[in-house]
Amino acid sequence: MDLRFHGNRPSAEERAAIDALLGAPATGWQGGERDAARDGRHAEGGLAAAERRDLLLPCLHALQDRVGWVSRGGLEYVCRRLSVPPAEAWGVATFYHLLATEPRPPVVAHVCDDLACRLAGAERLCARLEREVGPAGAPAGEGNATWLRSPCLGACDRAPAALLFAAGEAPRSAVVAPVADEAALVDALARPAHFPPHELFTEHGSADLRRSVPQLGEPGLLLLARVGTVDPTSLEAYRASGGYRALARAVELGPERLIEEKIASKLVGRGGAAFPTGRKWQAVARARVTPRYLVCNADESEPGTFKDRILLEHDPFGIVEAMTIAGYACGCERGFVYLRGEYPLALERLGEAIAQARAAGLLGDDVLGAGFRFDIEIRRGAGAYICGEETALFNSIEGYRGEPRSKPPFPVEVGLFGKPTVVNNVETLANVPFIVANGGASYAAKGTAGSTGHKLFCVSGRVARPGLYEVPFGTTLGELLLLAGGVAGGRDLAAVLLGGAAGSFVGPEALTLPLTFEDTRAAGTTLGSGVVLVYDDLADLPDALSRIASFFRHESCGQCVPCRVGAVRQEEMLARLAAGRPEGSLAAELETYRELAQAMRDASICGLGQTASAAIESALARFPLFGAPAAGGERP
Amino acid sequence: MTETPIWFTPPPRSPRLPEAPPREVRERIALEIDGERVEVEQGATLLDACRAAGREIPTLCYLETLTPVNVCRICVVEVEGARVLAPACSRKAEAGMKVATESPRVATSRKLVLELLASSVDLSTAPGLAELMARYGARPERFGANAASVAQPVKVDNDLYVRDYGKCVLCYKCVEACGVDAQNTFAIAVAGRGFDAGISTEHDVPLPDSACVYCGNCIAVCPTGALMPKPEHDLRAVGRWDEARQTRTDTICAYCGVGCTVTLHVQDGAIVKATSPFENQVTRGNLCVKGRFGFEFVQLGRRR
Ligand SMILES: Cc1cc2nc3c(=O)[nH]c(=O)nc-3n(C[C@H](O)[C@H](O)[C@H](O)COP(=O)(O)O)c2cc1C
Ligand code: SF4
Ligand code: SF4
Ligand code: SF4
Ligand code: FES
Ligand code: FES
Repeated sequence: MDLRFHGNRPSAEERAAIDALLGAPATGWQGGERDAARDGRHAEGGLAAAERRDLLLPCLHALQDRVGWVSRGGLEYVCRRLSVPPAEAWGVATFYHLLATEPRPPVVAHVCDDLACRLAGAERLCARLEREVGPAGAPAGEGNATWLRSPCLGACDRAPAALLFAAGEAPRSAVVAPVADEAALVDALARPAHFPPHELFTEHGSADLRRSVPQLGEPGLLLLARVGTVDPTSLEAYRASGGYRALARAVELGPERLIEEKIASKLVGRGGAAFPTGRKWQAVARARVTPRYLVCNADESEPGTFKDRILLEHDPFGIVEAMTIAGYACGCERGFVYLRGEYPLALERLGEAIAQARAAGLLGDDVLGAGFRFDIEIRRGAGAYICGEETALFNSIEGYRGEPRSKPPFPVEVGLFGKPTVVNNVETLANVPFIVANGGASYAAKGTAGSTGHKLFCVSGRVARPGLYEVPFGTTLGELLLLAGGVAGGRDLAAVLLGGAAGSFVGPEALTLPLTFEDTRAAGTTLGSGVVLVYDDLADLPDALSRIASFFRHESCGQCVPCRVGAVRQEEMLARLAAGRPEGSLAAELETYRELAQAMRDASICGLGQTASAAIESALARFPLFGAPAAGGERP
Repeated sequence: MTETPIWFTPPPRSPRLPEAPPREVRERIALEIDGERVEVEQGATLLDACRAAGREIPTLCYLETLTPVNVCRICVVEVEGARVLAPACSRKAEAGMKVATESPRVATSRKLVLELLASSVDLSTAPGLAELMARYGARPERFGANAASVAQPVKVDNDLYVRDYGKCVLCYKCVEACGVDAQNTFAIAVAGRGFDAGISTEHDVPLPDSACVYCGNCIAVCPTGALMPKPEHDLRAVGRWDEARQTRTDTICAYCGVGCTVTLHVQDGAIVKATSPFENQVTRGNLCVKGRFGFEFVQLGRRR
């Protein structure tokens, strides 16, 4: 490799931000002060530096956090430090929505205009921002601030939501949800009284937790038991509530018995694919290759999903303990949490929990004095839904573009850094301590035979009490909606989006549908990530379909033709249908769409392209839309 | 005193001729292609198996000399029991697989891939695609006259080759050729995301400012003519490029001791392009800037 640089220098701030992460450069070869006597006689740095390629995304975050964008000088310095070809680093930086590669003001408001927030007035808010602050992306507030539209921020329980970043020496970020005081947001962006506008950065998370978790404190909860009842910032409180007993029990059982219990529990993954967790663990535990890795998938970006965020914010020790158990069972010494970049409070709480656990010897070289090593590192995503796909996630951690890899080989054989890897969703892991403490059989006794245990549902949209609900599998959709207070304002139910943008729409006939993997599959729908987004009879379904189409166009990684171009054609087609101007005839247009959807489902590389048409097809099948009768038929 | 010569005497030559290391014998596995039994070596791809069965599978992003990226999806085939179609170019053959190469699902996906590409990319210089479109009945116009495309101005920023990304199907081949599969220069990469993704230097700087060494190995693998030597581009611009009138002659590059095989494309008595055969053991289709572009001197003398 022969790196060519342009001589773009980092600013002092940028250099300091990178050096804080990587340490000071050893020689001029890595971008430090050039000392002719020392550096002129030998060259060094290449291989050792390139081995730290996985620090590329953290470095880009450091630049973004410090100066609000990734400048040429900053990027070139990172390339020198890590020995990454500038073209590749540029390819990575331009992949992520949260990173700016053109100058951007230091204060940015990412305003959600996705499904749940649209039902709560997001478009009105955006229109007001456009009017009073300026067009999205344009500098406002004396050049210090701007706003951007954003896909779902995982705060649909308190829609409409906005995420604020302020770059600087002490970078700040916060989610404002709901944006109750639009005028305050407008003022802070357009007419900042001072800078940065501190009043916006007060965390709205914990005060109204009962609003997000209406079951808070109820008995019988397995996943949400500690949420809102145990101080999430204190290891002592966690232990006092029974925390870390499961890890002690796990060490008593030993890895093999642990995995047997997992298999007996019949727990399946909650990240969307419903793969048996015990079998996944077993495959990695039996792999002969070392090292092996554990990844907790906390990228939660499916529109309508916010369950993992609430778990991480309000029971971070629970996830740390679960990961430690998983690492012990599978023989992994390193665990990564790939955390969505839009979750500042979860980042803070989880980071704090890891530090406390490490200090108490519950992570590190000799966990619990039981002779095994395990530690956890958090990696922040940077605004890319596709990085939740497990192989795209590996690429993202390794410092490459978050493009999915071809499967097979599967992660249990060839995963992170090419090694056997367990990937589990946050909610999947949250079940682990219970199973270890109480045995697989007692877990399997909950729920139904085909779907054991409890499930978290993210209920949002037009219901009386949107929020996170924990119910045993088998609860019907109607019962769940009753828990959430029914349709808001006593209106009629029109449709429910199950499973998120990658899921499908069902009508009122589904109220009797038991929420299990097997029943939803039989009914031609899916539980997906547990999204239950409710539309009443006033809702504008075509508008929702357009938003879903633009979500997939925005989030396609661009690798494969059916998804990269297909997602654009799908969006264009919905716009024509909504405008009543189909290409050719309505029938011809719908036939083209049927074929397009089939090709996207059949020929795309990964689940994103394969499901990008699912919700739209299901709506066309179940409801009369665009002047065409409901097409009927089961989704294949 | 015995005379010991002060010079080094080489050891006697071994009478044994050097041999290539023995070829690893791989197990053979049997599978069914369109109902016909074929045997291939363990590790072979479905594409290998289909070819062994005499099936012609279209490919676009695949090339024998590059690591498969399986992104274009034109080569998909139907494997019995699988939820989705499989890319033949990279999916490994497994014993007992039942593969359909032209099922209705396969035909629909191939047709759509062609329609999606043709409606968004200028395929006018992509060899073979018009025939494929006819074979699968592709009608890209059904996506409407305003379908978004990647049309953009041609990049002419150096004397050796032009980049017309309005013709780019994003097959990743050039990136692979510039990277670990051949050149190891990493001058170009995929930047952006989704439909906005494209091949780019860092910050989209002109090629002369990038790490490019003008080996032209990216041009050699580009399946659409998006990357094109300047002479060819200029001749096409004035309507004088005519492959029917061209001869191809293999010779050995005269510049250095590697001795790459160079194929000279000659039109009207002048060299218009230099390439190297992909099946050549030495070059695998690759050359350096001298072999690929350094032929002008041959014709300078004659013009004077
Ligand atoms: C486009 C796409 C996005 C995904 N996003 C997530 C995600 O945000 N969180 C998650 O846990 N799994 C996500 N998945 C599923 C993961 O690939 C993987 O199956 C899962 O993390 C495995 O964990 P589990 O077995 O515990 O469910 C996504 C899959 C696809 C195709
Ligand atoms: S299906 Fe979409 S997201 Fe997945 S690899 Fe293809 S282009 Fe990327
Ligand atoms: S000419 Fe060679 S060095 Fe330049 S971009 Fe193409 S492959 Fe890379
Ligand atoms: S420029 Fe050519 S080789 Fe490169 S990605 Fe585009 S079509 Fe493929
Ligand atoms: S936060 Fe806006 S839709 Fe989820
Ligand atoms: S040739 Fe197989 S996917 Fe492109």
